[in-house]
Amino acid sequence: MEVLARLAAAAADPAEAKNIAAAGSAGFAYGLAAIGPGIGIGIIFGNAIEAMARQPEAAGMVRTTMFLGIAFTEALALIGFVVFILLKYA
Amino acid sequence: MTSDQPSPFTTGLSGPAPEMSVSRDLVKRGLLVLPLLCLVAGVIWGMNGAYSCAFAVVLVLLNFLLAALIMAWTAPISLALMMGASLFGYLARLGLIFLAVIVVKDFSWVSLQALGCTIIVTHLGLLFWELKYISASLAFPGLKPGKQESSPVQP
Repeated sequence: MEVLARLAAAAADPAEAKNIAAAGSAGFAYGLAAIGPGIGIGIIFGNAIEAMARQPEAAGMVRTTMFLGIAFTEALALIGFVVFILLKYA
Repeated sequence: MTSDQPSPFTTGLSGPAPEMSVSRDLVKRGLLVLPLLCLVAGVIWGMNGAYSCAFAVVLVLLNFLLAALIMAWTAPISLALMMGASLFGYLARLGLIFLAVIVVKDFSWVSLQALGCTIIVTHLGLLFWELKYISASLAFPGLKPGKQESSPVQP
């Protein structure tokens, strides 16, 4: 109830309401940006494990490409994070 | 999966960890381009930009090293553990980067624009640089016979 009361009080001040909306939107966008890479890393890992189980002799090559694939996928989350930081604090 | 195939829950990967050599390459190249990146950031955003750029490059390199360490540490134990550790490691590393930026964001030497741009540019740039090298290694393995992991053919 206290949070609702504070939100109602903040809504009376347009600048404060805008700040709250910006913070909420930035956090929501960052959360959304982290979902995709999480799914992507899961897919990469699942397929890599299947490949390593089928061909253990190719495990070195699979691990190398898997590591790079995961790092590329993480770049999406980092971009979302940077956008969040710039929207929220810059 | 049929019963004659090994279970990923009990199968570990022995041998050298290729992700450690990849991350070492990334760190070497990152340290190599660090002065250039700081110079560019300094020209665009001033001294604060240069400091922020250096911080961002260190952050990205530590992120690569940590990711490789997690995989190299869990791979000999079990494939399933490696998958779980990498997925939770992804969340943990994102959290650590978030924490590192939140801690320094109010310091006087921090330029958030420089920090953000450098994180993205360094991460993607180093990966593309390494990808070029890895692609060449996979396409023409004979060019680097000393780096191959395959065992020699027995007579």
